[in-house]
Amino acid sequence: MNRISVTVDGVAYQDDVEPRLLLVHYLRDRLGLTGTPIGCDTGSCGACTVELDGRSVKSCSVLAVQADGGEVTTVQGLGAPTGGLDSLQRAFHEKHALQCGYCTPGMIMAARDLLRENPDPTPDEVRHGLEGNLCRCTGYQNIVQAVLAAAREGQEART
Amino acid sequence: MIPAAFDYRRPESVDEAVAALAEAGEDAKVLAGGQSLLPMLRLRLAFPELLVDVGRIDEMRGVREEEDALVIGAMTTHHDVMADPLVRTHAGLLAAATETVADPAVRNRGTLGGSLAHADPAADLPAVVLALDGELVATGPRGRRTIPARDFFTDYLQSALNPDEVLVEVRIPKAGNWGFRYEKFHRAAQAWAAVGVAVLVRTDGGRIAEARIGLTNMGPTPVRAAAAEAALAGAEGPEDVARAAQAAAEGTRPSSDLWGSAEYREHMARVLTRRAVLAAAGPA
Repeated sequence: MNRISVTVDGVAYQDDVEPRLLLVHYLRDRLGLTGTPIGCDTGSCGACTVELDGRSVKSCSVLAVQADGGEVTTVQGLGAPTGGLDSLQRAFHEKHALQCGYCTPGMIMAARDLLRENPDPTPDEVRHGLEGNLCRCTGYQNIVQAVLAAAREGQEART
Repeated sequence: MIPAAFDYRRPESVDEAVAALAEAGEDAKVLAGGQSLLPMLRLRLAFPELLVDVGRIDEMRGVREEEDALVIGAMTTHHDVMADPLVRTHAGLLAAATETVADPAVRNRGTLGGSLAHADPAADLPAVVLALDGELVATGPRGRRTIPARDFFTDYLQSALNPDEVLVEVRIPKAGNWGFRYEKFHRAAQAWAAVGVAVLVRTDGGRIAEARIGLTNMGPTPVRAAAAEAALAGAEGPEDVARAAQAAAEGTRPSSDLWGSAEYREHMARVLTRRAVLAAAGPA
């Protein structure tokens, strides 16, 4: 067992974990943060994407011990503490960017990383920025629209 | 899918990492960004007893410039490599190819050194570093040694690294005024390359003076397309290039799998070599 200290969605945790425990299992099974789903479990689909120290990562491809000392944000850490949606979450809702919703947490976390690097992306840049995240329902059209809408809102907020 | 149990060490210096590996013997593996190793552990294709995580060793991260070469710390992530101004200036081929590796979340964790040490012939960067005439610097109990890229990749997933050595940095000779292109054919955005072609071209008075070509996934190791390189010397115009590119698959040993037969790969190597050389040489 290895002792880790990690901050998840603003809450500090200390836990003893087996080195082989994956970050996604730590989040879901130990902390009960089931907003981050497990999709393919092979690093391909992006459903389990979270932020680790400010960058998007696939939490099925990170060990919990590698997150020791780090700061993790899951989709559950977005928005206001009272339950309000953040701009990406709201845009996904308003643009109907989901059907079954399984890919949505990962899409939103990947889109956050994309907009941080490129606050004003073209539709093509959005598609490339999300190429590590698979959606089997929507055909991606409304997901791209949602990310562009959130980007516009971010631009307006800055001007 | 849950990996088999292993012990975990996280050294803070190269010396500590080397000591941990020496102590553990052959059953230890170095963990870099983990984007290839962790999927292998989960699928139980690898069973190390100890992982030595070198991801927090500061001296193995970052890019610095020497007179004739760029020195890239092995733990520099793909994201940081492709954004680095020194890499973009002096090793544009590496920056361009790194942009095509997997997807953004994988590039945030995966590292240049990890990708090279994993020695997967389907990975993009081994062929690129081979084309760039890069050198790989390893540290072990007997000190440091420098391994030319052309001696580094020994077989499928096998490198010249000894089990007690850590790949610490990658040296890339400054490219100077070479045109470059990485052409990759894959079936899906984030899939492995069915075939990839990394090209550097130096032109002189409208002719190709020298070409260097590294091939991805055309055998158990990345390989140079030596016959095409030789045929390109002195080439002038698209017809000469097309003729020279016919030699791109000579001496290769591609495998057949569900992404394509060996013959198909040989064909794609010729097509992609022609495209990459024309793009690298610039408008005629």
